[in-house]
Amino acid sequence: MQAPAGGPAPRTVALVGPPNSGKTTLFNRLTGLRQKVANFPGVTVEHHTGLAELDDGRAVSIIDLPGVYSLAPRSEDERIARDVLTGERPDAPKPDAILLVLDSTNLNRHLMLAAPILALGVPTLVILNLADDLRGRGGHLDLDALARELGAPVALISARQGEGIEQVFSFLMRAVPAPRPVQLPVLQDVPKCREWAGRVGRQAGYRAPAPPEWTHRLDGLFLHPVFGPLVFALVVIAVFQTIFTAAAPLMDGVRGLFNVSGNWIAPLIPFAALRSLVVEGVWSGVGAVVVFLPQVLLLFLFIGILEDSGYLARAALIADRTMARVGLQGKSFIPLLSAYACAVPAILATRTIENKRDRFATILIAPFMTCSARLPVYTLIIAAFIPNRPILGAFLGTRAAALLGLYILGFLAAVATARALKSSILKSGRTPFLLEMPAYRWPTVQSIGLRLLDRSMIFLRRAGTVILLVTVVLWVLAHLPLDNGHMPAIEHSLAGTVGRTIEPAIRPLGFNWKIGIGLISSLAAREVIVGTLGSIYGMEADSHSVDLQKALQRDLSLGGAVALLLFFAFAMQCISTIAVVRRETGGWKWPAFQFTYMGVLAYAAAFIAFHVVR
Amino acid sequence: MVSDLIILKLMLQLSGNNGQAEAAVLDLPMSSHARRGRPARSLTLVDLRKGDEAIVDRIDLPADDARRLMELGFLPGARVVAGCRAPGGDPRVFQVDGSEIALRRETARKIGVHTDR
Repeated sequence: MQAPAGGPAPRTVALVGPPNSGKTTLFNRLTGLRQKVANFPGVTVEHHTGLAELDDGRAVSIIDLPGVYSLAPRSEDERIARDVLTGERPDAPKPDAILLVLDSTNLNRHLMLAAPILALGVPTLVILNLADDLRGRGGHLDLDALARELGAPVALISARQGEGIEQVFSFLMRAVPAPRPVQLPVLQDVPKCREWAGRVGRQAGYRAPAPPEWTHRLDGLFLHPVFGPLVFALVVIAVFQTIFTAAAPLMDGVRGLFNVSGNWIAPLIPFAALRSLVVEGVWSGVGAVVVFLPQVLLLFLFIGILEDSGYLARAALIADRTMARVGLQGKSFIPLLSAYACAVPAILATRTIENKRDRFATILIAPFMTCSARLPVYTLIIAAFIPNRPILGAFLGTRAAALLGLYILGFLAAVATARALKSSILKSGRTPFLLEMPAYRWPTVQSIGLRLLDRSMIFLRRAGTVILLVTVVLWVLAHLPLDNGHMPAIEHSLAGTVGRTIEPAIRPLGFNWKIGIGLISSLAAREVIVGTLGSIYGMEADSHSVDLQKALQRDLSLGGAVALLLFFAFAMQCISTIAVVRRETGGWKWPAFQFTYMGVLAYAAAFIAFHVVR
Repeated sequence: MVSDLIILKLMLQLSGNNGQAEAAVLDLPMSSHARRGRPARSLTLVDLRKGDEAIVDRIDLPADDARRLMELGFLPGARVVAGCRAPGGDPRVFQVDGSEIALRRETARKIGVHTDR
């Protein structure tokens, strides 16, 4: 290992450290809003890159690597981290400098990562984070002695409080030398590395802080045999209520805004066809996605608070036993719960599951959870075909029971599919379940805010572009071919032709060609069928519209209605979900598989329902 | 001590280099002052009740899994304290090397320990 003279100031810097070291908080501090997320091509690992602005006006590119405990290439995360650091990844430039972030309250163990990092010979700043916790709990160390032992500069900071960050910036601004060669242990030998780390800590006069008392006390409550599950249930109910009740007025607001702005734009557009395209195609397409934004934001706000505070790990612990019976694990719980709002952010949330097979299984069953897009369809069909009669007095009527039944069906389908997947193609094998319980912390507005922005951008961009595209395509199909320069009635459009073509295939389910058109349009997004049916029957498209209900009653028998409900319960009708699954699983294989088995299940269930119910 | 560590290192490298599920049994002699009264049946982490302390002896898992556990602090010679369980019994939280790590029974059963008595 050489010690070359210092090169020019760094242009690309890698941020590396163990999980729970506060690395991401530091990343957010350094880059602020100038960051973006992407997947490493070919793998399912995400990385954040951002630009840090220095005092002299220059910008340094920072890449936030996945949290790893070592650079031994055992897991995908570690392989990626090591390959980026050694410059072996073609899509990421070799970093000119490394910021190694360690938890100062857990220094003896975290220093183990310093060995392989320093061995790379890249200029490194060893950052000891959580300085506030260290002080608060009576810990102490000699920074200069540590810097001597490691042969690299050391900074003690608190990323959360913003304390000491200027040291990081000054490191980034100067020309820094490679680490001085020091005695490093055999990197493959974990006990030797740990011994080395302990020795370095001792030489640096490290006094470990007192154990986190508050964390132990709170765990006495949150992991209590009685109060634990109670708090857990409260949290679950709160998430649900927030998603449905609190989001509703916000969603109405967004919808109203789109309607108003659509009416405002319409007169500005000259040609009738163009006006229709912009207002009915583009605007309603974009509106259909943006209307979900309040729900997505609230959901991620909740998840952000749970994750940053440390409670999420406890929730995963409580849920683990139940999830294990299905073949999954505790960390799948929150994503699956989120899927009740929308599968798109839920699938994004599965990145917290390290075990690849558990993660894929969770992704594959998430769309079975009754998402909010199904509700308008359910509402319409149930109102049209199921009379409202009380079952349990005022508590439960037939309509509510039907809705509940559909929720339960989705849940059962998810459970059954999970068991099937985990005992066959996604069988886990050996990887033991390991969950680190971080100390409880107050979440900061800044870190949650940035994460919210991040996730909503992904949601809007990916879901938005796809849905927009498909809505426009469907608009085109529904408004061509032109009939003497006028737009055709829907039965004579291309969409109508397609609907009639597939009618023989869906007749065994009790559907006619009009429903067929609706099914095709709902492939983009489930709730689109309500608008499509409205257009077909020539009336206002609303899931509460009585006229629409009456029109459906003429064309659909009770058996057909139940079949339609079951079809929507099981089929994958969401281009956005397909797009996100493709992104998170790194290819088309899994989304294609998912689309197929869900489609087959939907068809079979609808077929049986139609023939049983008549 | 040094020779034991070399053997340990060799075993790790040998079993780590192929993907086969060879159980890497990491067995270090107990520190001399704990040599009295070796228990008749070998204890594992599942035998600990809340608040019990023990010292890790061995990890009966394939090399990759054992390595992950060691990186989290379950090294031979490390002190472990058993913490809370999830309501329902499984998994259980263990305090080791400055962190709290939750393990399922199936994993805890593979970590051999001894108590200091």
